[in-house]
Amino acid sequence: MSIIADIILERGSFTLDVNLQLPGSGVTALFGRSGCGKTTLLRALAGLERFNGGQICVQGEIWQDNKHFLPVHLRAVGYVFQESSLFPHLNVKHNLLYGFNRLDKSARHIAFDDTVQLLGLDSLMHKFPAQLSGGQRQRVAIGRALLTSPRLLLMDEPMASLDLISKAEILPYIETLHRNLAIPVIYVSHSIQEVCRLADHMVLLENGRVLAQDSLQAVLTRPDLPLAYHDNAAAVLCATMLRHSADHMSELGLEGGQTLLISRQNIMPGAQVRARVLARDVAIALQVPQHISVNNCLPATIRDISDDSHPGHVLLQLDLAGQTILSRISRRSFERLTLAVGLKVFALIKAINLD
Amino acid sequence: MGNSMLSPNDLQALWVTFKLALVSTALLLVFCTPFAWWLAHTRWRGRVVIEAVIMLPLVLPPTVLGFYLLLLLGPNGWIGQTMEAVGFNHLAFTFSGLVIGSMLYSLPFVMQPLTAAFQAAGGRMLEVAATLRASPLERFYSVVLPLSQRGFLTAIVLSFAHSLGEFGVIVMIGGNIPGSTQVASIAIYNHVEAMDYASAHTLAAILVVLSFSLLLAVYALNRKFKVVGI
Repeated sequence: MSIIADIILERGSFTLDVNLQLPGSGVTALFGRSGCGKTTLLRALAGLERFNGGQICVQGEIWQDNKHFLPVHLRAVGYVFQESSLFPHLNVKHNLLYGFNRLDKSARHIAFDDTVQLLGLDSLMHKFPAQLSGGQRQRVAIGRALLTSPRLLLMDEPMASLDLISKAEILPYIETLHRNLAIPVIYVSHSIQEVCRLADHMVLLENGRVLAQDSLQAVLTRPDLPLAYHDNAAAVLCATMLRHSADHMSELGLEGGQTLLISRQNIMPGAQVRARVLARDVAIALQVPQHISVNNCLPATIRDISDDSHPGHVLLQLDLAGQTILSRISRRSFERLTLAVGLKVFALIKAINLD
Repeated sequence: MGNSMLSPNDLQALWVTFKLALVSTALLLVFCTPFAWWLAHTRWRGRVVIEAVIMLPLVLPPTVLGFYLLLLLGPNGWIGQTMEAVGFNHLAFTFSGLVIGSMLYSLPFVMQPLTAAFQAAGGRMLEVAATLRASPLERFYSVVLPLSQRGFLTAIVLSFAHSLGEFGVIVMIGGNIPGSTQVASIAIYNHVEAMDYASAHTLAAILVVLSFSLLLAVYALNRKFKVVGI
């Protein structure tokens, strides 16, 4: 099962020309600068933006092709808009029920009470949108979309209009969704931190075209894509929180038995975490260095070497226990160590972000 | 000299006035709701012409409007002749003629608030409703209508109040037939002409109190709606 979107859509001088095959589960991030067509693509998927021909097929159901155009209200799509879009004349409960009540009982796969609990909406049910904070409104909007039991959930920068505190409040809920529900999510964002935290799969858009579509880790670390050359270029390591130590450190386990040490994090042991590692925080050594403050020194293999945007730097792609990280080092060090593809080295990781 | 009590004639004039305001407002709502919806959302270039025509009754002297209506609806007019050709009477000096005149005269007062309300209630909220499985008709009933409450309220009040006081158009096409086309404003005029100031006073005072209570009720209601968050 998957999502197929073959779209050519012209709006004035802008053309969206994409051919996507997205996985039928997990979170896919649509990432790119503003104006690259992320929102237009999302709207086209929902049927809010009309175009001729092409194809949109979601989990085996054709939403649009040369002959058919399924109107928006007949598509099993959930849409969370960028700004608050709650009906001002309905209270939270009736906003939530708006779509839910329009479904046949047999089509309701998501229970009302579960959703209310999942998103923490219990105490808000009788309030009106004008009485809610930005974060609360977006939680209600997400719940309302979920309650239509969508085959596909589209989220258009749901946190863009929120302040930092509201963002911190709402992110865990979106993560919970991701873990608890099997609905594929397409998530538009221009925040790489958000993407690193939420996405499994990533589509990179530029000027209405797809630059890359692959797993999050692959897109982040591909040296032929612009992300790797960004000053904040980073890779994401999937790890498990193992234990906390008495000296306020936490230990993360990677597949293959290697461990990473970070300053203590408030995360339950056993939980899956995503560790973001910036390319500029990874140094290379040919032997395990002694007498050094860096705690994380892991064996890795150089998989690719490319020129960085800065002529004095080199970008290395490393294989670390089956996962990929980036390292940005100076060209002078690169030559001094005579590094080459396939060489076994040690990656010294100076900082790890759990965002 | 007359007395200050309402004569049967005056009562009838009040009744005709009230009926006229009610019928023309109701018909205007039925007709203007789809029309205003279309006008609020069309991208057709000719819409400016339509908008200008709708506002015309606001600037034209009512007698001009009434004069052309009389020509059009009367026995020699295009519509009047058609009516007679299919077996009806022409519309000049009839209650139906009054209704048509009153509707035209109040058209801008209904179209303006409705179009504005529909423009505000359209767009994003309708898209949201569509993604929540609401069909176009359901979207209209469950989103547009409730969000346009104020627009409707304004339209109803303005149209009703405006029809209550209408004089010029009615005098032209309705004439002055007691019990059928004589409305309160014309009855007052007749009383004044006849120097019966007391009767004119009573009728005029009733109109003032009626209009004032109507507006008062509406503004009070409007305040109440605001509290709900619309």
